Amino acid sequence: MKKYETVIGLEVHVELSTYSKVFCGCSTRFGKRPNINSCPVCMGMPGTLPSLNKKAVDLALLAGLALNCDIVQTCMFDRKNYFYPDLPKAYQISQLYLPIARNGSLSIDNKGTKKLIGIHELHIEEDAGKLIHDSDSNITLVDYNRSGVPLIEIVSRPDMRSAEEVLEYLDKLRIILRYLGVSDCKMQEGSMRVDINLSVRESGETMLGTRTEIKNMNSFKAIARAIEGESKRQIDILKAGGQIVQETRRWDDNRNESIRMRSKEEAQDYRYFPDPDILPLEISDRWIHNLRSSLPELREEKILRFKNEYDLSEYDAGVITSSREMADLFERTAILCNKPKEVANWLMVEGMRLMKENNIDPWDIDLHPEHFSKLISMIEEGIINRVKAKDVFEYVFLQDGDPEEYVKKHGLEMISDDKVLRTIIKQVINDNAGPVSDYRNGKTKAFGYLVGQTMKSMKGKGDPTLVNAILKEMLE
Amino acid sequence: MKEITAMSATAVAKKIKEKELSVLEVVEAQLNAIKEREPLYNSYITITEKEAREQALLIQKLIDDGSLKDSPLAGVPVAIKDNICTKGIKTTCASKMLANFIPSYDATVIQRLKNAGAILLGKVNMDEFAMGGTTKTSYFGEAKNPWNPKHTPGGSSGGSSAAVAAEEAFISLGSDTGGSIRQPAAYCGLVGFKPTYGTVSRYGLIPLASSLDQIGPLSRNISDCASILEVISGYDPKDETSINQVRYTYREALVDDVSNMKIGVPKLYLEEDLDKDIRDCFMGAIKTFEDMGAKVEVFDLDEISYSVQAYYVISCAEASSNLSRYDGIRYGHQAGDYDDLDELYKISRAEGFGYDVKLRIMLGTHMLSSGNYEKYYDKARRIRSLISRSYEDAFKKYDIILSPESLTTAPLLKSKNSPSTKKHRSEILNCSVNLAGLPAVSIPCGIDKKGLPIGLQIIGSLFGEKSLIQAAYSFEQTKPYERPGTLID
Repeated sequence: MKKYETVIGLEVHVELSTYSKVFCGCSTRFGKRPNINSCPVCMGMPGTLPSLNKKAVDLALLAGLALNCDIVQTCMFDRKNYFYPDLPKAYQISQLYLPIARNGSLSIDNKGTKKLIGIHELHIEEDAGKLIHDSDSNITLVDYNRSGVPLIEIVSRPDMRSAEEVLEYLDKLRIILRYLGVSDCKMQEGSMRVDINLSVRESGETMLGTRTEIKNMNSFKAIARAIEGESKRQIDILKAGGQIVQETRRWDDNRNESIRMRSKEEAQDYRYFPDPDILPLEISDRWIHNLRSSLPELREEKILRFKNEYDLSEYDAGVITSSREMADLFERTAILCNKPKEVANWLMVEGMRLMKENNIDPWDIDLHPEHFSKLISMIEEGIINRVKAKDVFEYVFLQDGDPEEYVKKHGLEMISDDKVLRTIIKQVINDNAGPVSDYRNGKTKAFGYLVGQTMKSMKGKGDPTLVNAILKEMLE
Repeated sequence: MKEITAMSATAVAKKIKEKELSVLEVVEAQLNAIKEREPLYNSYITITEKEAREQALLIQKLIDDGSLKDSPLAGVPVAIKDNICTKGIKTTCASKMLANFIPSYDATVIQRLKNAGAILLGKVNMDEFAMGGTTKTSYFGEAKNPWNPKHTPGGSSGGSSAAVAAEEAFISLGSDTGGSIRQPAAYCGLVGFKPTYGTVSRYGLIPLASSLDQIGPLSRNISDCASILEVISGYDPKDETSINQVRYTYREALVDDVSNMKIGVPKLYLEEDLDKDIRDCFMGAIKTFEDMGAKVEVFDLDEISYSVQAYYVISCAEASSNLSRYDGIRYGHQAGDYDDLDELYKISRAEGFGYDVKLRIMLGTHMLSSGNYEKYYDKARRIRSLISRSYEDAFKKYDIILSPESLTTAPLLKSKNSPSTKKHRSEILNCSVNLAGLPAVSIPCGIDKKGLPIGLQIIGSLFGEKSLIQAAYSFEQTKPYERPGTLID
């Protein structure tokens, strides 16, 4: 039986988080009314010219530096010519000959060991508009809001061998780009789109097989299925003695199979040439130096530091740093209340639960460290007990409200007044003759029941230590 | 009427400033001249009569309250080549493709002219998408040479030259990709100035070839030319290729003195098959400069003999990409009947473009196609660098370079416009200047036996506009402006 290996390289398109488009001043806000974010430049009106948004260059450079790329200090913009109604100039401004960054790498975890995935190049380009087909009236409408939104395309080397590696690469890439503030990488909004280049070969073979390209994937799950599906399709062809045809395919997630779009022969001739409207971009040493020194602490460094400074486990540090937002929340809260373990525990247990239940991504966490820290102090100071603290945490975490006000408003303060406690416990003992005698006859389990009844009659607000002690005392 | 319209832009601006003429009087005189002469010359595609009158009243107020006292063009009517976008006014590129296109914005030069208080008279004729040298490819019919309506006014800025020579405008803007300002200026006995690439913003100029195009003025004397250049030049953040210079004080260079100038004359031009009258005029011009104290030297500049080939490759390649956006979808001519997207593209473009435009698009597309890029485009780019370097070397020795502007005077309109060797040779004189991005001016230097004007080209170093203006101004003192003899009054 021949064994086969899958070889995968990715082209990842990422929308840059600039306020304005790459060659004009229009807003990049997503989800606006069609054609609101457009002007003569991004509509490709005759006579208009592009003027390069330097912020987009900054973000592309940051990404290049974080991915260990060489920066091409005289980079150029080229025109990629093709006709399509969503492309108003009939060419896309991109970078073919001298992309802004190349020869980088990204390290991924591969079953406990590190693996380096090569980055072939990273280049800047502009996005196209969007076609909306109305099948009822048989018309097609064009929305140019997205036309001219800055993108970077990150092209990896064919260094990945499985869907797991691909997902790990994408996850790592996404976290880095988010840490840098380069992109929000929201696949469902199309701000991260992936093309998969995939080929298979017999194990041990060093030459690459003929590849196919699967275009425009926009969910991790579909990517995994597409890789499985396409490599199986290719292996089946080879096993049957057939040959793979180099072509572009589309993944149909409903049918769970890839569908041929066009062959290599049908591929367009894009007639690339340097865009005469944009002068070669000179990137000075100083520019690079300034950006390099503005690079934020990335996840790997943060994990190490959190382990050392806050004594977090590898696992906890990994989860807490899965977004810059969560890591920042952790660290600021830990500094404010000086209880890093406590902060980590709340995030790891209750925080994770709430995120799962409410579908919150780690980068969407939004609460003030002051509120979080105040909650922890209130527990420490005995203002609330741990049972009620869970309710308060939920409020703080989801609504970002002031825990003190919430506790006051809902009367959640812990009851530790000896007299009050004794009165209530006396009542509980009177009301529960059975369990009381059970306990007195040596059934220690009954004690827990009586504690529960006590807490219940206090709506969970009793001081658990005192309740335990007084109950024990009064039962003896 | 003639008393007003025959004046120079500088003179009429002075009269307006001194309240001897009102802006409206000037505009009315100009509109009357246009009405009377247009049937003969067809300089204009669109005449903005109503807007011009409204603008005249507005500008008069600004002049009266002193807001425009520093502008050299306050109240002066101008004509604009129809490939420069004007907000709310048709901008057709003399093409069926854009016959009804109304831009939603003003080109930067238009904004600058408006800010300076110039009055827009209308949009003038040209070759379709600025491709040609006669205006014969205009969808709106050819313009005629005011010196003899049987002859072409030149092109592609032929409406710009005809209008100014026919006194249908005091001054006009054209665009120059390979001689399209200088050649029509020479054919109509005018001053035509192509500035250094990057001096005038191209924002709003519908491009032929982006790396070669430059907007510039056509005028009846060099002072008018310097005035409008001051108004339209300057850095524009909307055009990445525009260059930030400190001062554009071109009028300071209106000085009659070339005694310290070193002038180069490329040998190649003297060996050209020039018409006898043109040769005589050219030799006469050289002698004039020598008489005025300049030092003239003949030198080798043979690298430029490749410039026509390089020019065609680069301009067609860029044009094929620039003109792709006319696809019949958002604006411009749209096919009436089509079955699918491909047909919509094909029919709209087949119907909307004329023969010359299609020819250049096809050539450019071919030259950029996979496998041909290195063979043509990349090679042309290398030739271009070579030409730039040889000019650079020449300007280490010379302040300015002189050449004839064209090998012939304005040809007959009905003559077959075949791409003859002579025509191509003629382009050497012009397009090497665009390839190197240099400034150049064509000024009148005589009249041939047929009674048609002859042009002299003065080429300057990068940003050497002032030397050009000084040399042109000095020469002009020996040869004042001549009106076309046949001009009806």
